[in-house]
Amino acid sequence: MALDKIGIAKRIAQEVKDGMYINLGIGIPTLVANYIPEHINVELQSENGLLGMGPFPTEEEVDADLINAGKQTVTYLPGASIFSSAESFGMIRGKHVNLTILGAMEVSENGDIANWKIPGKMVKGMGGAMDLVASAENIIVAMQHRSRDGASKLLKECTLPITGLRCVKKIVTDLAVLEVLPEGGFRLLERAPGISVEEIKAATEGKLVVDGDIPEIQI
Amino acid sequence: MINKVVQNADEAIRDIQDGAVLMLGGFGLCGIPENSIAALLKKGTKGLTCISNNAGVDDFGIGLLLQTRQVKKMISSYVGENAEFERQLLSGELEVELIPQGTLAERIRAGGAGIPAFFTPAGVGTEVAEGKETREFNGKVYLMELGLRADFSLVKAWKGDTAGNLIYKGTARNFNPMMAAAGKITIAEVEELVPAGELDPNMIHTPGIYVQRIFQGSNYEKRIEQRTVRG
Repeated sequence: MALDKIGIAKRIAQEVKDGMYINLGIGIPTLVANYIPEHINVELQSENGLLGMGPFPTEEEVDADLINAGKQTVTYLPGASIFSSAESFGMIRGKHVNLTILGAMEVSENGDIANWKIPGKMVKGMGGAMDLVASAENIIVAMQHRSRDGASKLLKECTLPITGLRCVKKIVTDLAVLEVLPEGGFRLLERAPGISVEEIKAATEGKLVVDGDIPEIQI
Repeated sequence: MINKVVQNADEAIRDIQDGAVLMLGGFGLCGIPENSIAALLKKGTKGLTCISNNAGVDDFGIGLLLQTRQVKKMISSYVGENAEFERQLLSGELEVELIPQGTLAERIRAGGAGIPAFFTPAGVGTEVAEGKETREFNGKVYLMELGLRADFSLVKAWKGDTAGNLIYKGTARNFNPMMAAAGKITIAEVEELVPAGELDPNMIHTPGIYVQRIFQGSNYEKRIEQRTVRG
């Protein structure tokens, strides 16, 4: 069975290591925060200028002056700090943030990502996505393996406008966990429970590298 | 001490002319200069170029100035919350320049700090790079981006003093400090204006040298875009 959004978030949460500073994008990446084990201590960075972001507030705690990059009301945890947008992107560009988790519309087999624009349809802007993907050392993408009409979103080359080149390291989809190889290609690491290698192959337009037995995702 | 206090937003924006280039602080609707926007709406100043991370929503923030067609051009990183904006963009009534958020923040910072240009990796290989100079440092390609300045910067702070010193609250800080430095004339509106000497100098976020006019705003709505609470 393919993973749902929560399943994808739970699998990505396993990539989170103690001591990391992490930037979570909007959508599935935001959910990852809910599944980080309690013994793992991390700090979440929100690019509008907050480090040490906490959970959503209670009704009484709601503060219009405290939001995340998705414009949702949030809280801060002990040890949090607040800074300007220039400082925030300074810490992103300067590679002080250890892990970036974001969504994508397409990823190519050499790690290019497209996630900001559909010409003629969606012109919202790139926000901080281009800055994040250009500088992050470790980028994990959360996405559906195929579009609603069944077309692969893991491609030889992206067809949509690019957000960044050769930057994606790992992808967690509803069907599989994949690594982008330095020489190009998606190496299959794990498959969703009950999903066969053949099904993943059929859903992947880019080069799929399969070595030996592929274990099922454990969540 | 130089006294920078003006009575209200109307007085603060009195000389903003048609066609002016403005910077407006805020991220989403958080930390936007509500009073100055309302005064611009009332004055009817047209042909404005607005540099702001976002464009407000249909009926609040910069969205109000879009409805009245006072904006000629928007320079932003993300404009996804505004249907009227999208309509004007697709019909060609509004010019729009989209800039990666970190590049926008740094261009404003550079402008205020006297740095004409800098190199950043953001946007390399994308349509943002079209027509821009690139250069390789240590094996990695970077884009040259230019510093940005404005005729007027409209910023919002939590507390301010009569010398123009500002303190922001929470994530309402965002673009406000860099914009304060990048405006030829910076107009600061604050929730609480106090006499110089009452704010602790150690706690100042924006030194008064960047602020030319300051006033205590009124009736802050502080609208929340995504009110999200835990159960």
